[in-house]
This record gives sequence, structure tokens and C-alpha cells, in this order.
Amino acid sequence: MAVDQTDAQLVSRCRAGEPEAWNEFVERFSRYVYAICSRGFRLAQHDAEDVFQEVFARAFERLPELRSDDAVRPWLAQLTRRLCIDRLRLNARDRPSEAELDESEADDVLSQLDDAMSVRAALDKVGDPCREILDRFFCRDESYRAIGELLEIPAGTIASRISRCLEKVRSELDGRSRASRPS
Amino acid sequence: MREMNSFDEEQIGRLLRLLPPAPEGWVRAAQELPAMRAMLDEIVARAEQDAAFRVQLQADLERAVAAAGYPSSPFIVSRLRRLLEAV
Repeated sequence: MAVDQTDAQLVSRCRAGEPEAWNEFVERFSRYVYAICSRGFRLAQHDAEDVFQEVFARAFERLPELRSDDAVRPWLAQLTRRLCIDRLRLNARDRPSEAELDESEADDVLSQLDDAMSVRAALDKVGDPCREILDRFFCRDESYRAIGELLEIPAGTIASRISRCLEKVRSELDGRSRASRPS
Repeated sequence: MREMNSFDEEQIGRLLRLLPPAPEGWVRAAQELPAMRAMLDEIVARAEQDAAFRVQLQADLERAVAAAGYPSSPFIVSRLRRLLEAV
């Protein structure tokens, strides 16, 4: 996966019809769309799956119409948000006893997910083995032992590696933050 | 774009936890969308040219798609239904 390319570069490659680009696009944003469905709007698994597929189907069809390639992440977030709300309203119509949708709560989660995506991008930049270790520990909830066995690292050193990797991600984020600040 | 926040290690770990991987099958299905789209376009083109096939699709979309040798998942059928409305 080409992690160095920006979202805009990836969108541009998708538009150009590069076969690998779409796979990378889905890979890059799948966690985000999934998290909006499942955490932001707490959709049941089968509803989340429908919305997830619909989001990527519409993204595939409408990517050429995107005004700014840099804005793909908020665009996907809005698309996912809208489809989640539609699904919840449909469910509420069929099953009126379902809990009411709290859009402001969902928006708070979306804001956190946006931060999480920035952290994820920094982790991608830091690269392996940190990416692998932190992903397995935090995102896949794997134990020190499982990570150690898989990566052939002594389990007793995993905690210190996690700590060092977190420092690297923080440095990467601080660097980005400084770079994005007006001088 | 929002200004990037500064996070400590604990916050970074907490934020990473918010993004578990999506189920593999969902990701694979989404990655196959370009191929699926080509297949849907082929079915629609055939429906436009072949009146008998069009009637079969209108009568029972799922069955007609499967009988023509195409995979007929609910997702494919729903997208095809939408495309055929324009035919």
C-alpha cells in the first residue's frame, strides 16, 4: 500500500482508472466508514454492512464529480452519515419502538473518528513494525503474547515497543501539526 | 480543514482503538465494485437490446440474473433494480 500519497493523489489515481488505486481507496477508508456506521450510529451488523457497501458503491460512481480531491474524507463522512440516518429512520418507521436517533451524539463520535483518522495516517507514515504492533494491540485487541508469537518478538518486550511506537506516532503528529500551522 | 490537535500517547492509543478493521468480506466486496459495475452495465446493455430478457428481468429480477449466469446477491439485485428503472 502506498501510504505516502495524500488522499488527493489517491483520488486522482482512482479517477485515472488505475486498477490498484480503488483497492487502496477502499483499504484506506474502510475502517472510517465502518466506524461511522457501527460506533457513530450504532447500526446493527446487517444494516452496517448494507450502508458500508452503499457508501463505496456511491463513492465509486460519484468520485469523478468530487469538487476537491482533498475533501474526500469529509465527503465520505457526510455520505456515510446521511445513509446511516436514512437507515435508522427506515428502521424506526418499521419498528417504532427503536431508540430515537441522537444526531448530536453521533456527530461527537464522528469528530473523534476524524481525529482517529489523522492518528492512523501518522501511524501509516511511521510504518512497520510500529504500524503492525500498534494495530494488533489497539485495533485488533491482540495480547502481548499473540503479537510476540506472530512477529517473533519476545512477549516481555512488547509493552516497551508499544510505548516507543506511540512516541514515534506522537512525534509524527507534532511534526504535521507544526507544518499545518501558519508561520 | 480542522487544525490538527496535539495528542499524548494515551489519547493516541484511545483513538487508534476507535478504528478496528472492517470485516474482511465487506472490504473485499467493496474492492470488487469496479468488476461488479462492469457486469451490471453488461446486464443493462443486454436488457436494452433483448426484449425477452428485459421481460424476464421485470418478472423476477433475481431469478433472471441467476439464470443468465450472473451472481445474484441482494446488493447486486438492488443496484441492478435501480439501473433498470432508467431503461
